[in-house]
Amino acid sequence: MQEPPATLLRLQGVSKVFANGVTALRDLGFEIRTGEFLSLVGPSGCGKSTALRLIAGIAKPTSGTVEWAGAEATDHRSEIGFVFQEPTLMPWANVADNVWLPLRLRGVSRRDAMKRIHESLALVGLDDFAEAYPRELSGGMKMRVSIARALSLRPRLLLMDEPFGALDEITRFRLNDDLLRLKRDLGCTVVFVTHSIYESAYLSTRILVMSPRPGRVIAEIPGAASAPRDADFRTSVGYAELCGTVSKALAASATGDAA
Amino acid sequence: MSRPSRPQPSEGKRPRRIDPLRLLLPALVFLAGIGAWEGYVRAAAVPPYILPAPSLIARTMVADWTLLWGSLLTTLTTTILGLGLAVVGGVALAVLLSLSRIVEYSLYPFAVVLQVTPVIAIAPLLLIYMPQDAAVLACAWLVAFFPVLSNTMLGLQSVDRNLLELFDLYGTSPSQTVRSRLRSRLKALWILRRPAALPPFLAGLRIAGGLSLIGAVVAEMAAGSAGAGSGLAYRIIESQYRLNIPRLFAALVLLALTGVALFLLLSALSHLALRRWHESALSSET
Repeated sequence: MQEPPATLLRLQGVSKVFANGVTALRDLGFEIRTGEFLSLVGPSGCGKSTALRLIAGIAKPTSGTVEWAGAEATDHRSEIGFVFQEPTLMPWANVADNVWLPLRLRGVSRRDAMKRIHESLALVGLDDFAEAYPRELSGGMKMRVSIARALSLRPRLLLMDEPFGALDEITRFRLNDDLLRLKRDLGCTVVFVTHSIYESAYLSTRILVMSPRPGRVIAEIPGAASAPRDADFRTSVGYAELCGTVSKALAASATGDAA
Repeated sequence: MSRPSRPQPSEGKRPRRIDPLRLLLPALVFLAGIGAWEGYVRAAAVPPYILPAPSLIARTMVADWTLLWGSLLTTLTTTILGLGLAVVGGVALAVLLSLSRIVEYSLYPFAVVLQVTPVIAIAPLLLIYMPQDAAVLACAWLVAFFPVLSNTMLGLQSVDRNLLELFDLYGTSPSQTVRSRLRSRLKALWILRRPAALPPFLAGLRIAGGLSLIGAVVAEMAAGSAGAGSGLAYRIIESQYRLNIPRLFAALVLLALTGVALFLLLSALSHLALRRWHESALSSET
């Protein structure tokens, strides 16, 4: 009944060599499809974060192309939300002003942005905290603010760089569920970098496994079918098998590199 | 979805309670020291031109108040003016250096040379080339300038790298003309670097306050040995020549009090500016 989802963005033959001579990515190629939840999984240092930065346009590839499908517009920055590994909030500004930052940089005044700020905070359940300062918040709440900030421009593409890596498991599970709900409500595409097999298996509609440095895609694994994601899913056979598949692919990547 | 509960309104706003011992003990030590001094001078009958008793210093302070007050005002004016100019110059240069690498490479080494040269060695030179008031002011400015400059620079550079990347993602315009690059740098300066630089700047300001006083005193002494001047340090030199040791001590006490007052004032300013968000301004209980 469904036609295959359209491509949103395509990476082709992308390599990235840093100034110090380290090759982070070699001949990386994959596409991001509209509406999917794509996870990039790989050992640490395999260039996952670098790939995310290239997609965001913060860094430029040494060779290869990162192309948005369709429109010829060159400036896609207002269509991207970026969530870092750390909350990366401005400690001197309260929560509302932190969420305002992307809008402010796009030239929206605080008054005009207020409605959007509160909507974004409501999405992550923090609308009562607009006046609080980051130091008054727990780690999980800071991350929620960071997500609210990324959503403030209502991006088509949400890029997340191991956003929950530093959180405890209980908070992490809850934020996983919240993230899936947000994605459903806002209909955005998510590219999610993680080194957690379980997280990728729980969240994704598609998983790309990357090799150790220089990173490239060595396996593509479809995520679990549209089963509802809840506590039952976490204990289901399908979920366990998926984790096993991803885990094996990762192990193969490590030995393949050593050989 | 579950909502985290609202933070307690009292959190972080609790009035800071100071342990009374922290005030009482130093006060006791101070009184004991003064008492021992007074007792020793009386018991050993030390002549006042060697070591005046605290009571005599207090009496001299009252008797010579008009003279000392005038000198205090002179030194205070120099100190505050020197500090003010150092803040203006230091911050302006730091901003300039942070905006352009070329400017930074060309000028920063000279700022360091200025700093590491002991200023007391420059003071006599300044007195040759400038009228005395200006020379004293220049001296205070010179020593206070560097801590403001270096701390502000440190602060301007200590912005979270990820925040700067966020800035690149949303803030910079795709056109890469010199003008648009400068504009986006100014924007980053205002939105990110300025608040990030505030804590180190205020720390530098506290150091500069004390140094500005030292600079003023050093220059006054250099000027004073040439036989001219009216500040507190000049009074000290003059009193020494005249063997008026009680007045020397009285002037010294005023200088010390000035330093303490300056430090407390700048600390209070720093606390006021940072109390909402910076660790250094938070009480340890929260």
